Amino acid sequence: MSAFLVITFSGIALGAIYFLAASGLSLIYGLMDVLNFAHGLFMTIGAYLGWEIATRLPSSFGAPALITLAIVGATLGGAVAAGITELVLIRPLYGKPISQILVTIGLDLAAVGLLMGGFGSTALQIPVPLWLIEPTRIGSMFLPNANFLALGAGVVVLVVLEWFLARTRYGIIIRAGVENREMVRALGIDVGRAFTLVFVIGGAMAGLAGILYAVVFSGDLISPTQGDSLLIFAFIVVVIGGLGSIRGSAVAALVVGLLQDYTSFYIGGHSGWAQIGNLSTVLLLAVVLEWRPRGLFGRVV
Amino acid sequence: MRTWVSRHVGVVIGAVALTLFAVVPFVGVHVAWVLPGTLDIVNSTGTLEVLALCFMFAGVAVGYDLMFGFTGLMSLGPVLYFATGTYVFDIALTRWAWPLWPALLLTFGVSLVLAVVLGAIALRVHGIAFAMVTLAFAQAFFYLIESNPHNLTAGDTGLALSYTRLPSFLSGAVSNTRSLYWLALAFLVVAYAVVWLVSESVTGHVFVAIRENERRLDVLGIRPYRFKLISFVVSSLIATGGGVIYILVIGTAVPSVVASTTVTLSILIMVVLGGAGTRWGAVVGAMVYIYLQQFLDKVSAQPSFTTLPAFLRVPLSEPQFLLGAIFVLFVLFAPGGIAGQVGRFRAWRRVRALTVDASVDQ
Repeated sequence: MSAFLVITFSGIALGAIYFLAASGLSLIYGLMDVLNFAHGLFMTIGAYLGWEIATRLPSSFGAPALITLAIVGATLGGAVAAGITELVLIRPLYGKPISQILVTIGLDLAAVGLLMGGFGSTALQIPVPLWLIEPTRIGSMFLPNANFLALGAGVVVLVVLEWFLARTRYGIIIRAGVENREMVRALGIDVGRAFTLVFVIGGAMAGLAGILYAVVFSGDLISPTQGDSLLIFAFIVVVIGGLGSIRGSAVAALVVGLLQDYTSFYIGGHSGWAQIGNLSTVLLLAVVLEWRPRGLFGRVV
Repeated sequence: MRTWVSRHVGVVIGAVALTLFAVVPFVGVHVAWVLPGTLDIVNSTGTLEVLALCFMFAGVAVGYDLMFGFTGLMSLGPVLYFATGTYVFDIALTRWAWPLWPALLLTFGVSLVLAVVLGAIALRVHGIAFAMVTLAFAQAFFYLIESNPHNLTAGDTGLALSYTRLPSFLSGAVSNTRSLYWLALAFLVVAYAVVWLVSESVTGHVFVAIRENERRLDVLGIRPYRFKLISFVVSSLIATGGGVIYILVIGTAVPSVVASTTVTLSILIMVVLGGAGTRWGAVVGAMVYIYLQQFLDKVSAQPSFTTLPAFLRVPLSEPQFLLGAIFVLFVLFAPGGIAGQVGRFRAWRRVRALTVDASVDQ
């Protein structure tokens, strides 16, 4: 029973990271019709920037301060990378959705190639404080502290994002743009600025997801292709949740994270089934599409 | 005569190129800088192998063009059918010691079933979602191959092809590189012919109509779904053929090389680089892409290369970076790819010829 609860908790934490990775993607698609292939790159850039900060700064800062700075740096790095991408590469291609996808694919390949050249294709280790590795005891269960970090980040971002979209002027413009971009433009509102803003927000969440995934789930290791493999799951979450829906992404991320953890724990131990966790998420995608092609919370297209 | 040639300039160039490539194995010319290192003799084993890869990918790319360029379906999963070709054929020959023809039949049978079933599911969604779903399926297939089910695929270590049951002219011996080279060229010709025939047929015209305006077809009473599935399946079977050629030429299947998303993105880039929806553009794009990839790889392995300062050496030693950057520049500044530029040049010449004629008349 306690194993089940530990697995559940870890699945929820994984879902929180999927939410961070997917919601920006979903928002970008909902507002701009851009399938942002470079989203994985923003995660990777975040992780590498975090690594640079955590290893380059003097260790006299103390491990907790270093990892905090690394996480903040990763978030900012993802935001800046995404903002530049939008201004330099996406903006000249407005109205050409296929070209926008292609340009993000090219950017992703080029930049991952550059990271491989600069840092090598072998994984690098992020130094983390000891308490992040230790578990906390609740009743008879030992829950990993890193999972609390992921869950906390996911909840905070969800709440802030919901507040931003519901209460602030730009949030309302973004929501209106997702519903009907032409109408917003006809009302004389500069949608272009909202486009950049959505990219920056999405990039920040991607950077955060990139470093948290490394710290929480891959043993503090980062590699140039990590973001791209995380991106696949973000795609799955976005399609299951419904393109353009933040709440859809949150629910789908939770379902996908839990499913992946349960299947890989209970079935993945048997020989030849090691990849069942990853496979089950794709199977879920196929089932959802057969049953409800627009996703759980998606609009009718 | 002159009008026939100028009207069929593409056919003429294609026929000349095909003849030239067909006789390459007999030409022992030494051309410096074709590929640096030991590969600069035109009919050396290494060069023939690189060219065979070019032909194979050109065939796969033109097949992808049928789906992406003509039908407007942006699948991000062609690698699934490519890997099916590689792995099912490899497993049938190596693990089960099947003879050639049953192995081929099984390979294409499995690919057909996968393409029909997965295509039918993925085509329930449109546009971007279709791209994401095909990507997810292909990734699942990658995980499946990597997990080495029933010890069939050998996982990350890779599965080397056993040549014992193959006809002797295809066996892995170096002296057979020529026959493999011609086989790859023949595959390209067949793939091109299939795509040509399909895209010029009535079905092919429906494909283009789907790309241009799917709703209008619905209104006209033509269900686009079945046509999209046909396009998807034909394209996938061509990719499977490419996978079979790949394992024959290279001799080993490794998941990260054969089944990963990188293969999909390469195919997509080849088609866009050459010019989508033009057939010959995909062929040229694939040849340029593979050649550049191999060339850059060889250049960065040169001893003189290591003396460059790091800020030049690091980016230049990564073919992936250079190809990605070139691709970004093409998308931004040369939409329509190589074929688009050629078309623009020909249009410009025609206009110039007309204005010259007009001035002569005066």
